[in-house]
Amino acid sequence: MRRNDSALRGLRVVAVKELQDFTGSARMVILTALILITAASSLYTATNTMKTVVSEDEFLLLSLFTLSRNPVPSLLSFLSFLVPLTGIAMGFDVVNSEFQNRTLKRVLSQPIHRDVLLFGKAVGALGAMAVVLLALWMLVIGSAMLVLGLPPSTEQVARALAFYGVTLAFGMFWFLVAMFFSVVFRQQATSALVSLGLWLLLTVFWSMIAQVVATAVGGVGSFQAARLEVLLSRISPNTLFAESALALLSPSTRTLGVVMFTQLEGALMGSPLPFGQSLLLIWPQLSALVALLVLLFTASYVVFQRQEL
Amino acid sequence: MATERQSANVVTLRNLSKIYGNNTVAVDSLSLELRKGEVFGILGPNGAGKTTTIRMMLGLTEPTSGSIDILGMDPLRTPLEVKRNVAYMPDDMGFYEDMSGYENLDYTARFLGLGYDERRSRILAAVSRMRLEHRLSDRVRTYSHGMKRRLALAEVLVKRPAIAILDEPTQGLDPHSTAEFLTLIRSLKKEEGMSVILASHHLDEVQSICDRVGLFHAGRMDLSGTVDELATRLFGGKMEVVVEVGETGNRDVAKILGTIDGVSHILQEKEGVYRVTVDSDIRPGIASALVDSDVALYSMDVHRHTLDAVYQAYYKEVHDAA
Repeated sequence: MRRNDSALRGLRVVAVKELQDFTGSARMVILTALILITAASSLYTATNTMKTVVSEDEFLLLSLFTLSRNPVPSLLSFLSFLVPLTGIAMGFDVVNSEFQNRTLKRVLSQPIHRDVLLFGKAVGALGAMAVVLLALWMLVIGSAMLVLGLPPSTEQVARALAFYGVTLAFGMFWFLVAMFFSVVFRQQATSALVSLGLWLLLTVFWSMIAQVVATAVGGVGSFQAARLEVLLSRISPNTLFAESALALLSPSTRTLGVVMFTQLEGALMGSPLPFGQSLLLIWPQLSALVALLVLLFTASYVVFQRQEL
Repeated sequence: MATERQSANVVTLRNLSKIYGNNTVAVDSLSLELRKGEVFGILGPNGAGKTTTIRMMLGLTEPTSGSIDILGMDPLRTPLEVKRNVAYMPDDMGFYEDMSGYENLDYTARFLGLGYDERRSRILAAVSRMRLEHRLSDRVRTYSHGMKRRLALAEVLVKRPAIAILDEPTQGLDPHSTAEFLTLIRSLKKEEGMSVILASHHLDEVQSICDRVGLFHAGRMDLSGTVDELATRLFGGKMEVVVEVGETGNRDVAKILGTIDGVSHILQEKEGVYRVTVDSDIRPGIASALVDSDVALYSMDVHRHTLDAVYQAYYKEVHDAA
């Protein structure tokens, strides 16, 4: 049936309310505090390491994300662990709580379209996550300026911002996964457990599965097996995020996945790639990540629209 | 006449059906009309199709066939305009418990596109009418059940709709609050000119405030009208008059009553009290017959059929037929 009213009417109202809910909720405050504490410890370790190890580096700011010293992991490692958890924590009850609290009928009997509620929740989550990550990025850049006494170069800021965008997309992927399950399952515990199960599968077990399958298909140590393993591992958003982070934060990264001799021909090993070239390098990863976001939102949309209230 | 009547209708449902994916027929060729300023009660057991009908009227679920006209609009084509003019109070209405009463009302009022001042003035007026102003800034989780129901009705008032659909509005309320609620619903009709659809299992409440009622069964509404009309259809138009007389001596009152035209049955309930089944209201005839026979007449009451009697008789008939 064709709509005669504005499709996005009420979107701002829903998005602002969700943003307030996310930023004000106890679980978000705890997760944000956790991220900031771990980030602060990683930054402290990284800056200390930097003082003792690094002599000359034109990408010192970016090193703050990747440097680590045993036992404290790098900020990047913390982010790849905590950002998905934040996304899941925000999304696992975002729709089914409306069913359980019996607020859905009340809201949908107001003059808004049903999908605006779903879209508004996603926009609200995007806003909340963007604010948290922006605060973290400001902390990193501020720390770098404080410790190093040097303003970051334009390229470093551009790379840091691109990494910010990738991290945001990564976080939204896990939010949308959890939101999808919160649409499918009426019980909040079920959607939380299934989301966490998928996260464990893709974070911990997926690389093992990819390796086993690739070896079984291509044979041990073969080039075909190596390529298949890379291909399979890229199904996981964690791989897409890790590869994008590597290319953005380590500008000397010239290739991702299996390296062939032809790729190394004429290359100046260790010299950094321009920012544009690094972006080109991760363009497939970025496209895949965005495609996954669209796919997940569409799946949630279709299931939600077909549900009886 | 037909045109006049149609134009006065604010809701017209024609042959409305809803069949779910598993071939469950929730609503079956239902037709209903709600007139402007009328309170219409919909009754029926759980699963009779009342809630599905309400959802279709709001465009929350799509009918399988049939047509819906709400204030001249189709809820599937212009759902927002319909929802702007129709307020719905579900039986299990929930609120955002961590938000205050004011914030809850303000959230839904924002969807109406009202400015801050207008929203505030409407909310304050509504909560004042519902006697909730002293708890307005408290979180809803601290509200009692009755307060939540009052907040729900306040939300209906904030919307200022042409039509209010109230699903079990007095569910779980104490008698005092129920009486208050019913008075308020009556005032919605009188003062605001609102048309109201009321779904309830409390038959006495429905009888006390509804102009007409419709009885739902298995997705159909085969019986609708005023309680008297329904009673006439179910009980064949007969009514009962309870007659109380004084000392009769050796006079046979039952025989005297039996001579009156229109009396079809007489039952002596106890000494001096007779229950007379009549075809129409012939109380003057009864009075003159008794007085002419020197019988002291103490009282005479027409016993009208209650909605409860109508309801029980209808569903007994339906079950017997099944």
